[in-house]
Amino acid sequence: MAVIAESARLAVKPVSRFRFILDRRDVLGSIFIAPAILYVLLLVGVPFLLAVYYSVSAYTLYDPTWRFVGLANFEQIIQNPVFLETLGNTFLFTFGSNLLGLIMGKFGALLLLRPFPGRKIVRALIILPWAVPIALATIAWEWMFDSLYSVINWTLIALGIVTRDDAPNWLGSPHLAMLCIIIINAWRFFPFAIVIFLAGITAVPQDVIDAATVDGAGFWRRNYQIILPMILPIVAIGLIFGIVFTFTDLSIVFLLTNGGPSGATSVLGFEGFQVGIASGDVAHGAAISLFMLPVLLIVVIGMLRFIRRREI
Amino acid sequence: MRRILAITGRETAFYGAVAFFVIVCAFPFYWMLITSLKTNSDLYNVTNIPFWFTEAPTLEHFRYLFEQTLFVRWLLNSLVIGLCVTAITLVTAIPAGYSLARMSGRNGEALGIGIFLTYLVPPSLLFLPLSRIVADLGLQNSMWSLVLVYPTFTIPFCAWLLMGFFKAMPPEIEEAAIVDGCSLFGAFMRMTVPLSLPAILTVVIFTFTLTLQEFVYALTFISSSDQKPVTLGVVTDLVRGDVFYWGELMAGALIASIPVAIAYNLFLDRFISGITGGAVK
Repeated sequence: MAVIAESARLAVKPVSRFRFILDRRDVLGSIFIAPAILYVLLLVGVPFLLAVYYSVSAYTLYDPTWRFVGLANFEQIIQNPVFLETLGNTFLFTFGSNLLGLIMGKFGALLLLRPFPGRKIVRALIILPWAVPIALATIAWEWMFDSLYSVINWTLIALGIVTRDDAPNWLGSPHLAMLCIIIINAWRFFPFAIVIFLAGITAVPQDVIDAATVDGAGFWRRNYQIILPMILPIVAIGLIFGIVFTFTDLSIVFLLTNGGPSGATSVLGFEGFQVGIASGDVAHGAAISLFMLPVLLIVVIGMLRFIRRREI
Repeated sequence: MRRILAITGRETAFYGAVAFFVIVCAFPFYWMLITSLKTNSDLYNVTNIPFWFTEAPTLEHFRYLFEQTLFVRWLLNSLVIGLCVTAITLVTAIPAGYSLARMSGRNGEALGIGIFLTYLVPPSLLFLPLSRIVADLGLQNSMWSLVLVYPTFTIPFCAWLLMGFFKAMPPEIEEAAIVDGCSLFGAFMRMTVPLSLPAILTVVIFTFTLTLQEFVYALTFISSSDQKPVTLGVVTDLVRGDVFYWGELMAGALIASIPVAIAYNLFLDRFISGITGGAVK
């Protein structure tokens, strides 16, 4: 009797165990997500720890020993006045371009909310700066800011605002160069801001807006006391992207100004690249890059808490 | 009369503002086009009106780009990189997104936010150690290093997007398939995946555009011209020393920009609903 039961169990076992695994929601769930997590752990987690270790070692391309030096790298970096300027530049670049991008984004979204003939084409054109690879767009801007053949200067001269002799040398003077990278990054970011604002505003139920209108709320009141608070979570998501990617960006600076003139546009990502890759001083490069981390953490945690609090 | 004037004024201001935005956004691309079609003597003459042709337009820059540079090779490299990265991303991100949306219970939300945060870990923090890892694997100076590394940001991004899409699908569809005798896995393969093909197509398009837009890793890992993807090749190889080949640069930038611009415009709405939907639901 027991033998029969045992053999019967054996006979169905292969199929049933197979089905058992494929039917267990939690088991299959873990199997499904394992490859993604493994990939990310190996190629984001491990390199991240390696970067932290680089920053406390004396590792260079020419002396690849893993000698532990503690926080000496960070100390040397902080004492370097050039680095402090870089840090300041990074903040100015990030907040300047995101603020400009947000203002233009809000304004652009207000325009695109209204139906008008050709709106689809207008939207398609406005999306361009965000869609197109930033390295390619930066090259076009570099050509527009050229010291001699700048189309912007040509227009200013033709309009009689400046003469050819005192036409601005956009990328050659420190303040103008900083303005240029802020403008380019805002230009790249604001279509994304428009799209985010539009997605948020169209998600606000019409009856809420109607109720406010009936209660006597005007245009500005509707916008800033009804709609803006309701779309803040979505805007916060957009801002996380904007701030994080600007704060860590190096391609605009690398291509447009190469950090110059005399370090006026050097930002953290660019400085990390220059020191770590171009000069081969991996340890100091990693330490410079790690200075991004506290800001990233504060921004991300702050925003996420903000979003969650609003849900409840 | 005053009313009509007020309305006309408002309309003019409105269309003026729209025109301002369009010019700000599209002018650099117009500038690429016109530069790439001008003769050099027209281009480098400050007395000519720059907005239009003074001399007859020419295709010389395009000819040079295709015949005298590795431009075609760069396009092919980008295509191969894009296809491989897309394949890796789909195989890992589709199940991951589904798992996050349906199978992980309470942990799913935390895992989802974790994955989202991974996408925010910037290349400028990781390129130093990754270049060492790439070298240890014998992939330095090869486009396959990019195939290896690009999924580190496409997988989190696409898993996040797909999670949003899967959450929006009614679970009754799979439940019906299970009642009819499918295993959970079978329900996923036979019902969920075919039904979410539009979402998967969106993910394919965006993975591809993300690989085209990436610049930092390509710059760090690759120095041989014949291994470069198109974005890197155009901006580094068409500048020799201090000499910028502006006509060729703009022609290359324009050609590489067009497919990305079209893709974004076609799939923008799905992209936005994915990026925000996962976050606010």
